[in-house]
Order: sequence, then C-alpha cells, then structure tokens
Amino acid sequence: MEDQIRNILKEHGRLASDAATLADNADLYQAGMTSHSSVNVMLALEAEFDVEFPDRMLKRAVFGSVASIRAAIEELTAA
Amino acid sequence: MPPAPQTSTRLDAAHRIGREIAAVHAGDVDKNARFPRESIAALRDEKLLSALVPVELGGMGMGMMELSTICTALGQYCSATAMVFAMHQIQVACLVRHALSSSDLRAYLQSVASEQRLIASVTSEVGVGGDTRSSICAIEQTQDRFVLAKDATTISYGEHAQDLLVTCRRHPAAASGDQVMVLLKQGDFQLERTSSWDTLGMRGTCSPGFKLTSSGHVSQIVPGDYGAMSSQTMVPFSHVLWASLWLGIAIDAVARTGSFVRAQARAKPGVVPPAALRLAEVSNMLQVLRISTHDVADECERLMSSSEGNEAMLAIGFSLKMNNVKIYASEQTVAIIQAALQICGIVGYKNDTKYSLGRHLRDAFSASLMVSNDRIYAKNASMLLVHKDP
Repeated sequence: MEDQIRNILKEHGRLASDAATLADNADLYQAGMTSHSSVNVMLALEAEFDVEFPDRMLKRAVFGSVASIRAAIEELTAA
Repeated sequence: MPPAPQTSTRLDAAHRIGREIAAVHAGDVDKNARFPRESIAALRDEKLLSALVPVELGGMGMGMMELSTICTALGQYCSATAMVFAMHQIQVACLVRHALSSSDLRAYLQSVASEQRLIASVTSEVGVGGDTRSSICAIEQTQDRFVLAKDATTISYGEHAQDLLVTCRRHPAAASGDQVMVLLKQGDFQLERTSSWDTLGMRGTCSPGFKLTSSGHVSQIVPGDYGAMSSQTMVPFSHVLWASLWLGIAIDAVARTGSFVRAQARAKPGVVPPAALRLAEVSNMLQVLRISTHDVADECERLMSSSEGNEAMLAIGFSLKMNNVKIYASEQTVAIIQAALQICGIVGYKNDTKYSLGRHLRDAFSASLMVSNDRIYAKNASMLLVHKDP
C-alpha cells in the first residue's frame, strides 16, 4: 500500500522532493502539494484503492502526510 | 435572542458615522479616488478598528455576526469606507485567531486597540496569477532578523495604513504554497508605487500596485502556516464581510428605489404604480441575499467558538460553502442594483438626484473581480470532483 501511495504522490502531488524517500510524517503541503494537486491525489487514491473518501475525511490533515493517507485508506478498506 | 444592549449601541454608532460622515463625503471620495479619511477617523474615535481584539487586550471582543451587521451598515453609506473597514478587520482576525500564542503579537494587538492602528493586506503578487495561496517572495532570515521584498499587484489603502500583514514563502527554498504571514510595522517597510488606481468603482480604497521592501524581527512572523489561516480565517472573514458590505450597497439601492416608487404612488393615490411590482421582485432578491449572508456569518461564528468547529473549517465542504457565499453575493448585488436602476429609470441613471444609482453599480461591479469569480468557480469545480454531499 505504501508504494502505491508514494507512486500516486509522485505522479499527482507536484512535490518538490522525491515521494519515494519522503519521511512517513513529512508535511506534504510543505513539500509542495497544493489544494489543487491534493484533489488529484484524492482522485487517484480513490481509483487505485477502489474507495470513496467520505466528506468528513476531505480535509488537510487527512492528506497531510504519507502516514495519514495510509491510515485513512486502512480505515476505509478495513470495513 | 435579542442582541445585547452593547450590540445595538455599536451598530447605532456605525449608522451614525455612516449617515453623518461617510455619506457626506462618499461623492467626493468617489470622484477624486481619495481615501475616506473622515469616516475612518470617526471609526477610530469609536474604537471600532479594534472591534475584534479580545476585551482583555483592550478591544471589543466582537464576533463575526455583529461585525457583519456593522459592515452592512457602513456599506449603505460609502462602499469604500466599508471595504477599508472590512479589509482591516480581516487582518485583525488573522492575528486574533492565530497569533495570540506570541507575546509580541499580543502586545501588538494591544497597540491596535490603544492606538487604533490601521492594517493593510499584502496578499497579491506579480507573477502568481491572482492565486493568494502561492507566493514567490520569501523570508530571508539572518539570526533573529529577516528581510522581505514583495512586488504586490495591489495594496488597498497601502499609503494610509500604519502597518501591513504580508504573505510570503517561509524561506527561500520553500515550495510556493508553503506560506507564512508577517506583520510589518510602520518604520519596518518602504512602499514604492508601481501603478495607478483610476478605476470604475471602489475608487476610495486607493489600491495601486507597490514594490515593498522591509526588514524586521522574527517575532513578527505569525506562528503556524498560512494555509490553515487562510481556510479558517482569511477566506471566511473576507467572503462574509465583503458579502455583508455588498449587501449594504444593495440595501441602499433598494431604499432609494422604494422612495422613488412611493413618490409615484403618492402622486396618484388609488393606483398601484407599475414599478411597484418590480420593487416587490427586488425586495424578494434582497431578502434572499440577506438571509444567505446572515446564515453563513452565523455558522462561521459558531464554528470558530469550538476546536471541532475550527477543525471543520479545514474541510473541503466548508471551503465550498464559503466560496459559494462570495460568488452569490457578488453576482446578486449587481443584479439587485441593476433591477433597481430599471425601476428608477433616468433619475437613477443621473449622477445628481436623490435616486442616483451609478456609484452603487460601479462599486458593486468590483465584487465579482476582487478574487475573480472564475477562479473561485474553478476551485469549486476541482473540489466537487471529490466532495460528495450536495
């Protein structure tokens, strides 16, 4: 799952640093992700993991780091 | 719940300033594109520049709802006065809601109250295409001092404010969206004017472009990141207070139209003038605009009062709502004034009658441009690709 998330960030996140080596808790917004590119990341994650993020999850903190994205996907796929 | 006695006193003060001072100079302010100095001085005298500053720091501790009604009141007399007042409050809101953990910035807010300092906003920048959530300029820090230079496309009342609140990147290597806010106090900065301000409307806001150069102490950098401040404070305060003052412009247009139709009715008692039907339509439009603005102001005030509420303000659903209130109010204000003009006819079109609506319409046309509605629609379009609940 981690690799899939990092690949999506690399492709859609518009990060200034390498998504493959970014620390788990590194702030993706500080790494260059904008609110616009975060929407593309959300769309790619929904397609990749066949999930829909409920509106309560659509906020900065949930998409703020690799770790927080992983936690959100795990929550949605666990059910 | 009836408003506290204090509330109506402050609103009364705003109406008095509007009626006795702002309205008297509004024509001259507009004609000469000059700063509404008389009305801002009067707002200072009433200590209204520190409306949002907490009581313990010497301010009024006002909430969003009450401030919204004051902006609406001022908008009925002089749009430029109301816009300068609103923009200043947006800056104060950012400091009150995000800078109280800093003892230096708390002390600064005390001086806003005791000295009634006026703060201008420097969010625009040449080269970012109107996107306030990205910056080119950056803080350059050496030990505990910084220097900052910014080429701003517009700084409203920049030459009339004591202090500035500026957005910029956190450091020279930071991503364009990794922004902070910096307070620059009188003496910290120089402004070199780069363009003029000879506009269709909102002429008294005096908003040309400037090249800003500055230096200061690192304690003047507002703690935290601007992204969150923008979602939780800058955008909601901007959109609600702007909508509130645009509502004020629309109210005055409808008031003038009402008196025009009543004069017609008095001339021929027993016959309902045909224009009265159009007035009924405009009154309906005005009511919806008023309800929409109040509803969002009320929701913002409630959300801001709890930590869960503040967290909810970071969600996409809240951003959509804030953007929609701005788009709706900006378009509806113009529609209302245009309909009012249709009723008043030539006496409304003339610039020197008691039914004149030219200034109202010219001022209102700025609403869909100050942060372009197309840009906001594009943001909403993007967010709606992932947001589900209509």
